[in-house]
Amino acid sequence: MVRIIDRRFDSKNKSAVNRQRFMRRFKQQIRKAVSEAIHGRSIRDLDNGEEITIPARDLAEPSLQHGKGGVWEQVFPGNDQFTTGDHIKRPLGGGGAGSGNGKASNEGEHEDDFAFQLSREEFLDLFFEDLELPRMIRTQLARVTDYKTQRAGFKSDGTPANINIIRSMRGALGRRLALGSPYASRIREIQRELDEAVARCGEDSAEHEERMRALREELATLRARVDRIPFIDSFDLRYNNRIKVPRPTTQAVMFCVMDVSGSMDEERKSMAKRFFMLLYLFLTRSYEHIEVVFIRHHTVAKEVDEDEFFHSRESGGTVVSSALVLMRDILHERYANGQWNVYGAQASDGDNWDNDSPVCGKLLGNEILPWCQYFAYVEITASEPQNLWREYTKLEAAHDNFALQRIESPADIYPVFRELFKKTIA
Amino acid sequence: MNTTPARSRRRAGKAPLPAGSEWTAEAIERYNQEIARVAALYKLDIYPVQVEIITAEQMMDAYASVGMPVNYHHWSFGKHFLATEKGYKRGQMGLAYEIVINSNPCIAYLMEENTLTMQGLVIAHAAYGHNSFFKGNYLFRTWTNADAIIDYLIFARNYITECEERHGEEEVELLLDSCHALMNLGVDRYKRPPRLSLAKEKLRQQERAEYLQGQVNDLWRTLPAHDVRAGNRAEQRFPPEPEENLLYFIEKNAPLLEPWQREVVRIVRKIAQYFFPQRQTQVMNEGWATFWHYTLLNHLYDEGLLADSFMLEFLQSHTNVVAQPPYNSRWFSGINPYALGFAMWRDIRRICETPDDEDRRWFPEIAGSDWLETFDFAMRNFKDESFIAQYLSPKVMRDFRLFAVLDDDHADTLEVSAIHDDEGFRRLRAILSDQYNLGAREPNIQVWNVDLRGDRSLTLRHTAFRRRALGNTTDEVLRHVARLWGFTVRLERVDEDGKVAPVQEIRGETSRPRPPT
Repeated sequence: MVRIIDRRFDSKNKSAVNRQRFMRRFKQQIRKAVSEAIHGRSIRDLDNGEEITIPARDLAEPSLQHGKGGVWEQVFPGNDQFTTGDHIKRPLGGGGAGSGNGKASNEGEHEDDFAFQLSREEFLDLFFEDLELPRMIRTQLARVTDYKTQRAGFKSDGTPANINIIRSMRGALGRRLALGSPYASRIREIQRELDEAVARCGEDSAEHEERMRALREELATLRARVDRIPFIDSFDLRYNNRIKVPRPTTQAVMFCVMDVSGSMDEERKSMAKRFFMLLYLFLTRSYEHIEVVFIRHHTVAKEVDEDEFFHSRESGGTVVSSALVLMRDILHERYANGQWNVYGAQASDGDNWDNDSPVCGKLLGNEILPWCQYFAYVEITASEPQNLWREYTKLEAAHDNFALQRIESPADIYPVFRELFKKTIA
Repeated sequence: MNTTPARSRRRAGKAPLPAGSEWTAEAIERYNQEIARVAALYKLDIYPVQVEIITAEQMMDAYASVGMPVNYHHWSFGKHFLATEKGYKRGQMGLAYEIVINSNPCIAYLMEENTLTMQGLVIAHAAYGHNSFFKGNYLFRTWTNADAIIDYLIFARNYITECEERHGEEEVELLLDSCHALMNLGVDRYKRPPRLSLAKEKLRQQERAEYLQGQVNDLWRTLPAHDVRAGNRAEQRFPPEPEENLLYFIEKNAPLLEPWQREVVRIVRKIAQYFFPQRQTQVMNEGWATFWHYTLLNHLYDEGLLADSFMLEFLQSHTNVVAQPPYNSRWFSGINPYALGFAMWRDIRRICETPDDEDRRWFPEIAGSDWLETFDFAMRNFKDESFIAQYLSPKVMRDFRLFAVLDDDHADTLEVSAIHDDEGFRRLRAILSDQYNLGAREPNIQVWNVDLRGDRSLTLRHTAFRRRALGNTTDEVLRHVARLWGFTVRLERVDEDGKVAPVQEIRGETSRPRPPT
C-alpha cells in the first residue's frame, strides 16, 4: 500500500530563512551591487526587483581538495583514435578532457559571478537604506498602489451576493415574452374564434361542438406550454460587475534639471540621480500618471531623454538661467492647462556665471515657483556656497514650496524632501 | 535500444493503465499498484513507499537543503536556493524529476509539473529502484539508519535553533561555516558507526555534554603530579594512532569548545556520515534504479498495460538519462554514472542469461547463473569501487570505448596508458575502479599529533598520493580548523618516500577565517 501525500499546499518558502541569512551575510556586496544597479537603471524603473551580481569568490565554501600537480590517471569514454602508448600534447590552460585532472575545476578557479534576483522589497530596502529615510516613510513609499473596486456594468457570472435582481428579472421577463410569443398569437387567434363562435351560436351549439372542443383542447395545451416556460432561468441572472481601479489620482509632471558642465563628474551625477529617483518615487505615491521632463544645461539648455541626460558628457561654462527659461517655456506650453501638478528638481554643483544668478532668482521666483507644487534644489559640493546658492536662499524665505540643500553624500538628500513629505503624506 | 526481439504482447484481461499527459492521484495510485506487483515478481525488497506531490518551488527548497525534508538553517542553503531558482527561472536548467530520501518509509517526491509518464517513471525509478538499494546495500545498512534519520534531522534543527536563540545567530553561523569546511573530513571511512536514534540522542546529549567537558579538562590538567608523569613519556603522541575523522577528533578533544559547540560539530559530522554511502555508490545506485525502471516498465508494456504513447515518452527521457557523450564532445562532463551503471547491470544480466566464451573466461562464477540471485548479491555487497573492479566486463569497456590517460606533471606529454583491447582491459578496470575510490579521490589528511605540554598546537598530516598537491583553498580550511581548535594548527606533508615537510602553519591568535567583507 502506498501513501500519496499532496504537499503542494504546505508552507511555501521553506528556504526563506536561509535566503534572509544569505542576504544578511553578504550585505556589503549586495549593497555595492545595488548602488551599481541604480547607476544603470531608469529613474522611473523602481517597481521591479533587480538582478544582482556578486563575485563568486566571496561566497565560496572552502573544502580540502586536490590541486593541480602530481600524477593523475583517468578513464575517458569514446576512444576514436588512440592506442596504448600514444603521447598526447598537454592541452593549454590545463583544462579540457585531456588534462587528466578532473578535480581542478572544483576549486573555484573559474570565478563566475554569482547572480540572483532581488525582489522589489529587498531592492527598495537597500535603496532607502542608502538614503537614510525614516522608517515610516520607507514603508509608505514602498507600498504598492492602492486599488478601489468600482461598478462597471453587469456580467453573466459571479457570486450570488452580487446578483442584480432588477436586471435579472428584466432579462427573465424578456425571455418569457420572447419564448411565449408564438404561442401567444395562436392563443389570441383561438380565443377570438371561440368568442366569435359563442357569440354566433350560443354556448351549446351542437353543430360547432366538435370544432369547439378541438379549439379548447389546443388552447389548454398552449397555455400549459406557456406555463412551462421557466419563470426565471440561470442564464437570466445578471451580476454586478465590480472592477478594481487604481485610486483616483491626478497627473504630475516632474522636471529634472541638471547641470552637465565639465565640473559635474560621474559621482555627482550619480548622487543627482538618486535625488531624482527619490522625488520620482515620492511622486508615484501621490500621482497615477507622471511625466518626466529632462533638461540638461551648460551654457545652453536642451530637453533630452533620460539616457542622454545621465550619460552624455559636455564641458564648458554654466548658465543656469538657460535651463530655467527652457523649463518655463515647456511648462507654459504643455503643462499650463491646470491639469498638471508641477514638480521641479534641480541639481548642480553650484557653479554659475556671476551675472546670471540674479536672473535665475527672478525667473524662478516670478515665473516658475508660482506654477509649481514644489521645487527642490540640491547643490552637490563640499566647497563654499556660491552666488547661485545665495540667490536661492533669498527665495526660500518667500516661497514655502521651495527647498534647497547642500549635499555631500546620499544621506543628505532626504532632508530636502522633509517638508514635502510632511505636507503630502500626512 | 536493443530490447528483447520479437516481444510478444500478452493482452491479458487487465484494463490498461491510464494514458495521456495529465496525472491524477488515482492514476498515480494505479501505476504504483502495478509497479509494486511487478517489482514483487522480481523479488525487490523495499521499505514502504510514501509518495509526496510537491511544486517546483518546493523542489527547489528541497534541493537547497541537500535534498532533506528538514534541515537546520544556514546561509549556504540560501545560496544554493538562489542559484537553483535563477537557473530554473531562466530555463537554463530543468529540475530533477525526483528526489528520494533514504528513510523508512521511503519518501519519493514527485513534482506537479511532471507528466503522467514521468510520474510513472519516477515511481519505478525512485520508489522501487533506489528504495530497494537503500534497503539492501551494505553501506546504507551499516552507515545509515532509515528509521531514525528524519527524527534526527528534526532534533538537529531544533537543537541548532535553540543554540541560535541562546548564543546568537552569528556565533552559530561561524561555527557551522567551520564545520561545513571540514565536512568531507568528518566521516569514519573504516570504523563502523553506532546507530542513531532520536530518543537516545536526546537522552544522552546532556549527559554527553557534561561528561565530555570533563574529559577535555582532564586532557589539559596542569596539576604537578600529572606533569611529572607525562614528562616520562615525552615522546608519546596524542592521539596514539592518527585520526582520520577530523570533526570527530575536534568534537572530542578541542580544548576551548563549549558543550553546545561540541554538539553542533557532532550534528554536522553525523549528517556528513549519513551522506557518505551515497557518495560511494553513485554508479551502482543510479544504474540500479535506472535498470529497474527500465525493466519494470517494459514488463508492464509486455503485459499490455502501457500505451505506446507512454512508452515513447518514457524511452525518450530514458535515453537522455543514459546518454554518454564521448570525451571530445562539447557536452562531455565525465563519465555519466547513469550510463555506466545501467550498462553494467544490463551486462551482468546478459552474462547470466546468455554468456559467451569471453564471459565464461572472465566471470566463471556468474556466467549462466540465476540473474536475480546474482543481482541481489552484487547490490548488497559492493560499492562503486569494488563493483567496477568485480563486474566491469570487456564488453562494456568496448561499448564505451574506454581509454585511460596518464597525466604525470614530470612528463612533457600525456600518455594513453590503456585502451579497450585485450592487454588493456584489466588495467583499464583497475584505473576506473580507483577513480571511484573516495580514498584516492580526496586528499588523505589525518590528525597526527597534539603538542600536549607545549603550545597545544594541532598537527595534521597530508599523506600525498602520487605527488598530488592540495588545492588553493587549503589555507582557508586550515583557518577553520584553527578556529575550532583554538590554538595553532600545522599541516605537514608526507611524501611517498616517507619524507615529512611542513606545509603551512596557522597561528592560534590570528586564526580568524576571512570574514565576509
